[in-house]
Amino acid sequence: MGILEVKGVNKRFGGLQALGDVNLSIADNVCHAIIGPNGAGKSTLLNCLVGKLIPDTGSVSFKGNSVLGRSPHEINQMGISRVFQTPEIFGDLSVLENMMIPCFAKRDGYFKLNAISDVMAQRDMVEKAEHMLEEMNMANKKDMMASSMSRGDKRRLEIGMCLAQEPSLLLLDEPTAGMARADTNNTIDLLKQIKDERDITIAIIEHDMHVVFSLADRITVLAQGTPLVEDTPENIKGHPKVREAYLGENSGH
Amino acid sequence: MTDQTEQHATSAAPAASSATQSSTKVLGLGPKDFKLMFLVVVLTMAAPFLLNPFPEGSAMAQFNAGYPDLMQRFVIFGIFAIGFNILFGLTGYLSFGHAAFLGVGSYAGIWMMKLLTMNVIPAIVVSVAVAGVFALIVGYISLRRSGIYFSILTLAFAQMSYSLAYSVLTPITGGETGLQPKVADPRILDGALEAGASPRANLFGLEMGAGFEWQVGNWLFTFNAGYYVAAVVMLVAFYLSIRIFRSPFGMMLRAVKSNQQRLSYTGLSPKPYTLAAFVISGMYAGLAGGLLVAMDTQVGAERMFWTASGEVVLMTILGGAGTLIGPVLGAGLIKYMENILSKINKDILHEWFFFLPDGFENLMVELVYPFIGKGWHLTLGIIFMLVVIFLPGGLVEGGQKIAGMFKRGKDADASKTTPAE
Amino acid sequence: MEAIILQILNGLDKGSAYALIAMGLTLIFGTLGVVNFAHGALFMVGAFCAVTLSRILTLSHEVVDPTRTDFLGNPLKVDVPYAYDWFGQATGDAIIDWAVPLSILFAVPVMIIIGVVMERGLIKHFYKRPHADQILVTFGLAIVLQEVIKYFYGANPIPTPAPQAFASSMDMGAALGFEAGQIIYPIWRLVYFVFAAIVIGCVFAFLQFTTFGMVVRAGMADRETVGLLGINIDKRFTIMFGIAAAVAGLAGVMYTPITSPNYHMGMDFLVLSFVVVVVGGMGSLPGAVLAGFLLGVIEAFASLPQVLDVLPGLNQIIIFLVAIVILLTRPRGLMGRKGVMEE
Ligand SMILES: Nc1ncnc2c1ncn2[C@@H]1O[C@H](COP(=O)(O)OP(=O)(O)O)[C@@H](O)[C@H]1O
Ligand SMILES: [Mg+2]
Repeated sequence: MGILEVKGVNKRFGGLQALGDVNLSIADNVCHAIIGPNGAGKSTLLNCLVGKLIPDTGSVSFKGNSVLGRSPHEINQMGISRVFQTPEIFGDLSVLENMMIPCFAKRDGYFKLNAISDVMAQRDMVEKAEHMLEEMNMANKKDMMASSMSRGDKRRLEIGMCLAQEPSLLLLDEPTAGMARADTNNTIDLLKQIKDERDITIAIIEHDMHVVFSLADRITVLAQGTPLVEDTPENIKGHPKVREAYLGENSGH
Repeated sequence: MTDQTEQHATSAAPAASSATQSSTKVLGLGPKDFKLMFLVVVLTMAAPFLLNPFPEGSAMAQFNAGYPDLMQRFVIFGIFAIGFNILFGLTGYLSFGHAAFLGVGSYAGIWMMKLLTMNVIPAIVVSVAVAGVFALIVGYISLRRSGIYFSILTLAFAQMSYSLAYSVLTPITGGETGLQPKVADPRILDGALEAGASPRANLFGLEMGAGFEWQVGNWLFTFNAGYYVAAVVMLVAFYLSIRIFRSPFGMMLRAVKSNQQRLSYTGLSPKPYTLAAFVISGMYAGLAGGLLVAMDTQVGAERMFWTASGEVVLMTILGGAGTLIGPVLGAGLIKYMENILSKINKDILHEWFFFLPDGFENLMVELVYPFIGKGWHLTLGIIFMLVVIFLPGGLVEGGQKIAGMFKRGKDADASKTTPAE
Repeated sequence: MEAIILQILNGLDKGSAYALIAMGLTLIFGTLGVVNFAHGALFMVGAFCAVTLSRILTLSHEVVDPTRTDFLGNPLKVDVPYAYDWFGQATGDAIIDWAVPLSILFAVPVMIIIGVVMERGLIKHFYKRPHADQILVTFGLAIVLQEVIKYFYGANPIPTPAPQAFASSMDMGAALGFEAGQIIYPIWRLVYFVFAAIVIGCVFAFLQFTTFGMVVRAGMADRETVGLLGINIDKRFTIMFGIAAAVAGLAGVMYTPITSPNYHMGMDFLVLSFVVVVVGGMGSLPGAVLAGFLLGVIEAFASLPQVLDVLPGLNQIIIFLVAIVILLTRPRGLMGRKGVMEE
């Protein structure tokens, strides 16, 4: 029984079957990659996990509790954090403030009206956020406006914000898409380090096979909304079906 | 996106102050905020002087704004706009119905004056409380939607309140005639009025209309008790708004404006934060409504009409939404135009352009006349459009740009070291 | 039955105005993605086109009438409209009498020009800015437009009558086969309704059956894709803005005999029209039309004395009440599309 169990999930958009009978089990403490051609339904699957979309049928349970019918923030509180395909950060806030919000969220949980004290006087929160920024190698950028950073830095910040919540399951949607090689390698190193140091499960969607094979313990191949195979990276590499579905699509570019 | 520079200014400030450590705080304010607060205190306290710079009887005397009625309006609508800014400036939710809370506050206040006492304290306290409860109800429902849907919902509630106050609720609101304290009202806490005396708003005996005038040469300065009461309340309201801006709560509100999706996926529901901001800003509106009643002891439904809601939007944007001082400036500017610009007539214009040859004099008068007097709204509309087009950060952004130009001229290096730039 | 029909009829004229304004609003919103708070002002400007034309037609000069004398025995001076000089008295009178319908010819080009200038000069620069900014700048423009009108035409309503032929009421009851004298209805209101229906029909037909319309509809559904096809969508959108302005203007022209125009009539209608658009669903043309008539009729029913006896003041708040209920139960309005204006 994995930390995340997806059973028989279907999702249609009008006439389009985006997900068709998806079964997926992600084991605790592994890095599980989900790959597949564009439009395969990978992002849609993540959306169903975090409460952005509600599957038409099927069940999704996390640590034995169903996530269906819960709102995104409740699911997040259960321990699932998500990094989006395009970075979702607080563009109008400083980098430090961006990092402080997950720190507050962790402490204050649902809602706390703290309208009088100075935000910078919350030393423990500020220190935690600064510490997190140091870990992400961004301490020198803490006073920058988040929207003014490069895409790579935004992605890095977003990953850091998710980690600051100490989630049990981290979902990453194409974290290196559109990144320069150097940034990609940095991100790989960062994720490796997270994987080694923390008690965390990672589910990663990725196009870049270099990234996938550097990180993944298990790989699921998704095509046209349905899982094709699930196996270890070694076995996937030589799998004929995968080459056909995936590389065939790739060569079309 | 457009008010990025503005947000930039507000968000960079706390980050910068962390570098200098929080030990330099006075009254819980960082050095920059303290300076601002100090400036506002000085300006409001010295307003009777500052707003009357021109000697009596001079041609410029009509630009003097230092009379009690107008000064009271400056600070009261300043409070209204400060409160509106807590909602719109921080969360980005554009309410088109805030005048309803001001009106409800006024009605609650006047009833306190009719039933309890002419002392303004209960009136003001109850205004705030009742407006808060009303804002909680309206906010709870309206915040189920965002964007224009939210704006329309608030507008709908406000117009409903206005229509009801104007017609059906006449027993409570006085309908078209409105309400004012009557000699025969119970006022259970006050003693009986002396024969022939009319009920007057007071603060423990100090009448709001009381004051004294001070003649210095040709200058006449008026010091009015009501103004100073309202000014002190405004200062407290302003101080609180600074604290809210700098608080964790304020940061969450800016996060709501910036990216609700990320907030949800960080385990926080935006709703309670926006609702709290809505209620707080409704209470500010109620406070303004209560003070209006404390000053002129009368209420009519028209102060709830949607144009009044639109006016507070204008004030906030004109001054600079999301900035601390902007809304106060905007409120001041609009009330000044409404009261001063609107009083200028053709005769006064002829006096001004007297020095020109006759033909030119008439031409100038004809050219300027559409923009003043009854046409002051035209000037307001044009200024407002120019601000939205060219200065999305309002007058404050304009001020910053001008200040920046001077600074850059002075020391080009100093600005480079500021990391947030 | 008669009472119900009467109320439906009573709701139709206001409903027609709501529908026409709301249709323009939602057209602009759907195509250009702009929330236009100045749309009510365009309605008002249209109404003043009618005022202007009837003033032009009645421009007069003084002539001495030798056949009459004033009370001092001097020859009487009378004002004679230039229209008499040009067309003769009978035709001149007819033209003056028909000033309001004739204003349509005058208003259409004027409104299209105003609309195009507005879009090219101002709105264009706000496509990429947040909706709040669009609301604010058009709100400012609305204030400016109405103040300009106020400056030239004064603050008081200006009565602008319908042609004599339509000025009276007709007995709709008899016409529809009910008891006579039960349903008395001003003819002009019926004209207004028919006129609105024709305009709405034309706009729909235009969008449905012309290539231009098809591109615009495609653009409403997905602006970027159409842009990718290499179609100059911006130019079409400018024209669309002109059309929306003309529709608002026509709604205003024909409304003048129903309510004497004043400078703030636009704002009064705008607030309600926005409610109509939102109830119908932002960006949905049929939604706007449906909601316009629906709210007009509901308002008329809420104004029935029998209703007001039970629920006094209901007519004042019913539209807002309906709007609140619909928005809370159907978040996208009656016919709104998903994802429009929800960020
Ligand atoms: N909200 C939506 N509405 C309609 N169709 C959608 C929506 N989200 C995704 N789709 C469609 O579902 C399919 C899967 O999309 P997605 O999950 O984003 O693919 P990917 O594997 O590239 O992340 C695509 O064809 C996409 O167009
Ligand atoms: Mg994707």
